[in-house]
Amino acid sequence: MSRTLADLKPGERGRILRIGGGGPVVQRLMSMGLLEDAEVEVIRRAPAGDPIEIRVMDYALSLRREEARAVEVG
Amino acid sequence: MTTAAAQPRPCAEPAPRVIAVVGNPNTGKSTLFNALTGLRQKTGNYPGVTVEKHTGTAELPCGEVTLVDVPGTYSLAAQSPDEMVAVDVLAGAYEDIGRPDAVLAVVDATNLRRNLYLVSQVLEQGLPVVVALNMVDAAEKRGIRIDARRLGELLHATVVPTVASKGVGLETLRQALDAAVLHGTPAEISILPELRAAARDLAEALRDRGIAISDYAVERALIDQGGYAERRLLQRAGEALRERLAAVREAVGQGKPLSAVEARARYDWINRVVSEVERRTEARPGLSDRIDRIVSHPFLGSLLFVLVMGLVFQAVFSWATPLMDWIDGLTGALADTIHAVLPPGALASLLADGVVAGVGSVVIFLPQILILYAFIILLEDTGYMARAAFLMDRLMRWCGLSGQSFIPMLSSFACAVPGIMATRVIPDRRDRLATILAAPFMTCSARLPVYALLIAAFVPRQTWLGGWVNLQGLVLLGLYLLGILGGILTAWLLKRTLLRGPTPTFLMELPPYRIPSLRSMGLRLWDRARIFLRRAGTIIFTVAVVIWALAYFPRPSAVHDRFEAQRHAVAALPETLRAARLRELDHAEAAAYLEQSYLGRMGRAVAPLFAPLGWDWKVSAAVIAGFPAREVVIAVLGTIYAVGSEVDETSEALAARLAAATWPDGRPVFTLPMVLGMLVFYAFCLQCAATVVTIGRETNHWGWPAFAWTYMTSLGYLGALLTYQLGSRLT
Repeated sequence: MSRTLADLKPGERGRILRIGGGGPVVQRLMSMGLLEDAEVEVIRRAPAGDPIEIRVMDYALSLRREEARAVEVG
Repeated sequence: MTTAAAQPRPCAEPAPRVIAVVGNPNTGKSTLFNALTGLRQKTGNYPGVTVEKHTGTAELPCGEVTLVDVPGTYSLAAQSPDEMVAVDVLAGAYEDIGRPDAVLAVVDATNLRRNLYLVSQVLEQGLPVVVALNMVDAAEKRGIRIDARRLGELLHATVVPTVASKGVGLETLRQALDAAVLHGTPAEISILPELRAAARDLAEALRDRGIAISDYAVERALIDQGGYAERRLLQRAGEALRERLAAVREAVGQGKPLSAVEARARYDWINRVVSEVERRTEARPGLSDRIDRIVSHPFLGSLLFVLVMGLVFQAVFSWATPLMDWIDGLTGALADTIHAVLPPGALASLLADGVVAGVGSVVIFLPQILILYAFIILLEDTGYMARAAFLMDRLMRWCGLSGQSFIPMLSSFACAVPGIMATRVIPDRRDRLATILAAPFMTCSARLPVYALLIAAFVPRQTWLGGWVNLQGLVLLGLYLLGILGGILTAWLLKRTLLRGPTPTFLMELPPYRIPSLRSMGLRLWDRARIFLRRAGTIIFTVAVVIWALAYFPRPSAVHDRFEAQRHAVAALPETLRAARLRELDHAEAAAYLEQSYLGRMGRAVAPLFAPLGWDWKVSAAVIAGFPAREVVIAVLGTIYAVGSEVDETSEALAARLAAATWPDGRPVFTLPMVLGMLVFYAFCLQCAATVVTIGRETNHWGWPAFAWTYMTSLGYLGALLTYQLGSRLT
């Protein structure tokens, strides 16, 4: 089982390997810059562990872990 | 001022000219819009959707233009009504706006790559484009330098560096906009040529069949599988087109979803552009990151959040009070003056008790609305609002909402009107509607006087644990919890029934912390106040006058004659007793008039309906009169029980009269089960015309306020019925 963006711990970086399927959520993720080969870093998690804050392309984005699971990282 | 050099060609014939202002959220788009238009703004709604239409007039060297502030969006791939509006404005789908003559794209210079995504889509619209490269000062601080001239060449558009919050670059921007509208040429950029060609072929085929559709609409329908554009196209061209769309997608995308192809192609193009125009000297952590280490810290951040929310709540609740008291005092004094100057009669009463009281009941909300909105704008513009939503998302999701619903809900504890207006920060339509319908359940400040009166008069002053816990306080707490529970259950139910749908995404940018522009804040605040006074004011005013008329008419002379006779009899009394007796007679006369007024008759007519709740006709009439504004019930009870209408919740005379009120057979009306039932009724019932009107305005459809009113009133009735019936059997 490969790792997803949801598995990264705060402070960990990764490179996006694959972003699963089509659909509106993935389309939105891609238009926000989450593409294959892009660098991502998890900055922090909200107190309950969800949602998470990531850095991509010089800006901070929050997303729910459920959404982050669509993004495979290596 | 423009010089001849800056204006090489003469101005054209004056014609209505329109510029669409587009951009990502958090780019300073509104600030720039406010800087260009100032007070000359209009706010309305786009037809059929809950999206606000913001237009303004800007003075350019060659004359006036209309600016349309398109909702902030990251892409033209429409997944929300906001984004569909952006697409439609650019396409010229709104008749009153028409096709824009040019587009102003506002771009955040600190984050050029993501911002250029939308710009790359806008450049394909066949319109002249001016790019405002905003916040260049913040970019410089971060060591980012952008070659604006080269960027303009690559985009085929004019690029103007600006700092909207400080007014930097505005004059150059005005000239660039003027040039673009007068003799600008459309940018000719094609990032996906094969897709574009395929879309054109398909659009031509459709147009041959008599379906008027633009190439771009077809292109978006092809890319946005399952999105608005596809649904719209299928509605017009028929479901049979679905196969054709699938075939084109397969041919162009070669197995990959076109949305992925689009994103890849655009970012490839963007990376080429950015590598040519952007130079970075150093990448040191900015102040914003350091602030975030505290603000978003799991413990410190949560503590800060509680403090900030406490401050907002406190401000809306108590800072507004002196202003509200002042307005209250002013309307009271005005009414007294009217009564003193005009002869007693229908005209004086209409002006004082109808018009002044009606207008007052609207204006009194203004301090709370302004204070709350000042905080919301401040929190939004500084970037804290997104952090608050980030912190609260998990908790709010538990009742089917999202992090962005928290502040509207919290605000509604002061007043549902600004709370509902604050739901604009929620991007998802279903979440927003669920929040709007749950918000009026929160215990607002107008419910408090009613609670205070009934609790003080009828709930025993029982205390435990040496006075630390008292029953009256517990009942009040219970009512607050009841409201919260009602709101949560309502949102939960709605999200599973009427508003069911896929869980919306929570992709939200956490913008860097910024110092907001006071001018822009002031203009937005003024806009909120204007909208509230105009929309809510007219309707609430009408309702107030109608209720006044129902309570005032008819005025049979028999009542008058009866009390005149008694007043003559009083004249014989000694001076000291006379004044008090006369006042009693005045109050008794007012009660007698009300008893046979239309309102009194309505109270009698509906009394059988409310009898299972333990209410007599007097309580029923007072509750009916309170439908436009729930706190009015106290004044009406004061009149009906002949202690005068100037009572408030602390009036002991009113409490005593209520306690003494009996049914014809001598049983007391206000028993504990009946009072508790009445409290439950007030916890649930939507007795507030301002809220009803605001729901109507914010949802842009009268079905929603009608639903909210019916639902909440039914819930209040059932709650009161259950409480009274069960309570009566237990005691």
